Amino acid sequence: MWQVTEKDLAAIATGAGILGTGGGGNPYIGQLRARQAIRKWGPVTVLSPEELPEDARVVCVGGIGAPTVGIEKVRDLQSYHALRAIEEYTGEKATALISNEIGGSNSVEPLIPAAMAGLPVVDADGMGRAFPEFQMKTFFVYGVPCCPMAVADEKGNSVIIRETITPYWAERLARATTVQMGCVACYAVAPMSAEQVRRTAIPNTLSLALDLGNAVEQARSAGGDPLEAILTTCPGKILFAGKVVDIERRTTAGFARGSVTIDGLDLFGEQRMVIDFQNENLIARLDGKIVCTVPDLICAVATDSGEPVTTELVRYGLRVTILGFPAPSLWTTPEGLAVAGPEAFGYDADYRALEV
Amino acid sequence: MFLGVDVGGTNTDAALMNGRQLHAAAKVPTSEDVTSGIVNAVKELVKQGIDSARVDAVMVGTTHFTNALLECKGLSPIGVIRLALPATQLLPPLIDWPDRLKDATGGFTRMVGGGNEFDGREISALDRKGIRDAARDLRSEGAKAIAISGVFSPVDPAHENEAAAIIREVAPDLRVCLSHENGRMGLLERENAAALNACLGDAAVATVEGIERALKQLGITAPLFMSQNDGTLMDTDFAARFPALTVSSGPTNSMRGAAYLSGISDGIVVDIGGTSTDVGALVKGFPRESAVAVEIAGVRTNFRTPDMVSIALGGGTVVESDPWRMGPESVGYRLVEEGRVFGGETLTTTDIAAAWGRARLGDWRLLAGMRRPVVERGIVEIETRAEAAVDRVKISQGDVPVVLVGGGNILLGDSLQGASQVLRPKHAGMANAIGAAIAQVGGQVERMYSLEGGSREEAIADCTAAAIEQAVAAGADPEFVEVVDVEEVPLTYVPSNATRVRVKAVGDIAPNRLRQSS
Repeated sequence: MWQVTEKDLAAIATGAGILGTGGGGNPYIGQLRARQAIRKWGPVTVLSPEELPEDARVVCVGGIGAPTVGIEKVRDLQSYHALRAIEEYTGEKATALISNEIGGSNSVEPLIPAAMAGLPVVDADGMGRAFPEFQMKTFFVYGVPCCPMAVADEKGNSVIIRETITPYWAERLARATTVQMGCVACYAVAPMSAEQVRRTAIPNTLSLALDLGNAVEQARSAGGDPLEAILTTCPGKILFAGKVVDIERRTTAGFARGSVTIDGLDLFGEQRMVIDFQNENLIARLDGKIVCTVPDLICAVATDSGEPVTTELVRYGLRVTILGFPAPSLWTTPEGLAVAGPEAFGYDADYRALEV
Repeated sequence: MFLGVDVGGTNTDAALMNGRQLHAAAKVPTSEDVTSGIVNAVKELVKQGIDSARVDAVMVGTTHFTNALLECKGLSPIGVIRLALPATQLLPPLIDWPDRLKDATGGFTRMVGGGNEFDGREISALDRKGIRDAARDLRSEGAKAIAISGVFSPVDPAHENEAAAIIREVAPDLRVCLSHENGRMGLLERENAAALNACLGDAAVATVEGIERALKQLGITAPLFMSQNDGTLMDTDFAARFPALTVSSGPTNSMRGAAYLSGISDGIVVDIGGTSTDVGALVKGFPRESAVAVEIAGVRTNFRTPDMVSIALGGGTVVESDPWRMGPESVGYRLVEEGRVFGGETLTTTDIAAAWGRARLGDWRLLAGMRRPVVERGIVEIETRAEAAVDRVKISQGDVPVVLVGGGNILLGDSLQGASQVLRPKHAGMANAIGAAIAQVGGQVERMYSLEGGSREEAIADCTAAAIEQAVAAGADPEFVEVVDVEEVPLTYVPSNATRVRVKAVGDIAPNRLRQSS
């Protein structure tokens, strides 16, 4: 058991940026909101999945909408409203909250309703990284129903999606509702049990994000190597290091897709890496040969500072190091790969686990 | 003739341009109050015998307002009213301002009902009573100016405009700044920009009047224009409303001057000063603008600032040979006393360039004791650092023209990796003041359009008309304003058809805005 305080938020943002594998968007507003919530209502207690009482009722909350709208109509207390709506509908009180994804600004979303409602959050999430779509969560892969779920706006409107035939339908209906709500909504899924959380959530990811951020910050201020600090904190390997020489982007079906080309420097001189992305980095090829694919994590960080580089902000000339981390084991089973393996993203490639 | 003055960290430069010809130039140290440095630079020109009566307009690129924000001096107490409820409550206005600046400006804020959704619907009806009450309260709390920010006001400014009208009615003595006139998408950043302009308003009026008075005493009665950070000018009325647009106008002026002097409109400018080097990209003759939020005195804004890389390398940068080190310290303006080639004791980058034969200055015999390996290593390091900075501002592979300006341009030779050619135009050391003198008046508008009710063409036409209107309001000749840039970005993740349009228009100063012959 530990507490998230205001001073942890910057480190969590850095760590969540690394685990966000290029997606997750701009962390500024999420971090600012969490800071406000903690200032107003106090720090938030964090429980590991093992520390959950047997009768725990754990609600997963997250943001849904358009990032470009979110910088203008900045999110308010939508996740709190969604939490209350699902509690009322199910007649069950939440005893803890859990993040839907640790990558990007969704990592801190549960801290806001948790601070306000005086609830703890679970040190775990449904992705262990970032993924572009709602249904790509280990909870749903391993049989936790995604419905009923509540979608709420900032005005007092909330909608219950009572039942859908697949999680994909929940995403579709929630997104259509979100547009009517002005594109900045939050959702809350009906409570899970302690057993469900322990069986289906990726454990210890909030503390991992915090540790990663602190390691980077300490290395920077002590003049050490931030990349080494990252790899010491979270076992993984350097896939490549070089300079971004080309970025190709296209927006299809609401997703930012494209590829980044990096020419090697130093150890990797004369080599070239191409990374395909759909919001998040999906597949990395070294001189044409696949070296890492989803669900393993492909993370770009600035070579000198260790600062995560999102696919939105990557640009020509940046010196980046590409880190690979093995996916959490819940993603590498046949059920996990069916939802988040290379084939699920349209690649005719087998998943080969990254060796570190 | 146009008189350009540009205030830098070390020097204040003045250049009098007669058509395309540099008629006279002066360089004086920047003063702490900034204004007397500007006046001294102009005095230098007058001493050289220029005819004050022939100056048609004076253009000044100044650091007054950046300094005011950094030092929290001369700022007016302000109030910020956000039109947004029930949305955005968790992050009230001025949420992330440094305490010092919040204290210096009073930090009074209110949120009331109003604002729009991304597609133009109202979040809630405008709370007219709330605005009236807020205006009265804020005035009694001491506010002298009010910034108004509405959610999605770049899509529909009607709520902000109506709020402004209400405030003028109940508190006509308060200045009003509207966020949709102050920035782009991004509520907090745009609201911050409006609030910065609000708190600088009184200082701006006083500064402009001070400069005008001083110029008059030197016999210059020509109208005054201020440099904006996008490389265009604004008249003094406009500058009093948008003083924060002067922030980073110095580097912009250097880049505009470099484009003018070299004839290169697309390429990279390397501006080497005494302490640092700014490297930026020119696109169609203007600096490429930064796409990310920029902090001004610790406040996050989305002002259009040049997308630049600054490195600690200048003509006065100190070099130590054992152990090897180059910078970041610099002897700055003391180079002419402390540099070895000038008889001083400190080894600087200028000494390295002189020993290599790149620069002819001082007394090269004083460098006789320098060892060849030190000079070679120094030259390689200077070039490597400049080349790395050039590479960082590029947006694609391939060699591009590089223009060297600034007093320290002697540090570099006639070729650089990544450069298709290296140009060192005549008067390179005065590029900043020349950039101010040759500037045109500009207007720039960014708005978001929902395409449900209209076409793309209509959206672009509307935005273009607004940009032209703004340029004319800032002093451009309505007959010859031209659109220099149109950018359209369709929004992702927003299923209903929405697009963001940005248009920049520029034109020469309107004839009736120049000095009128009596």
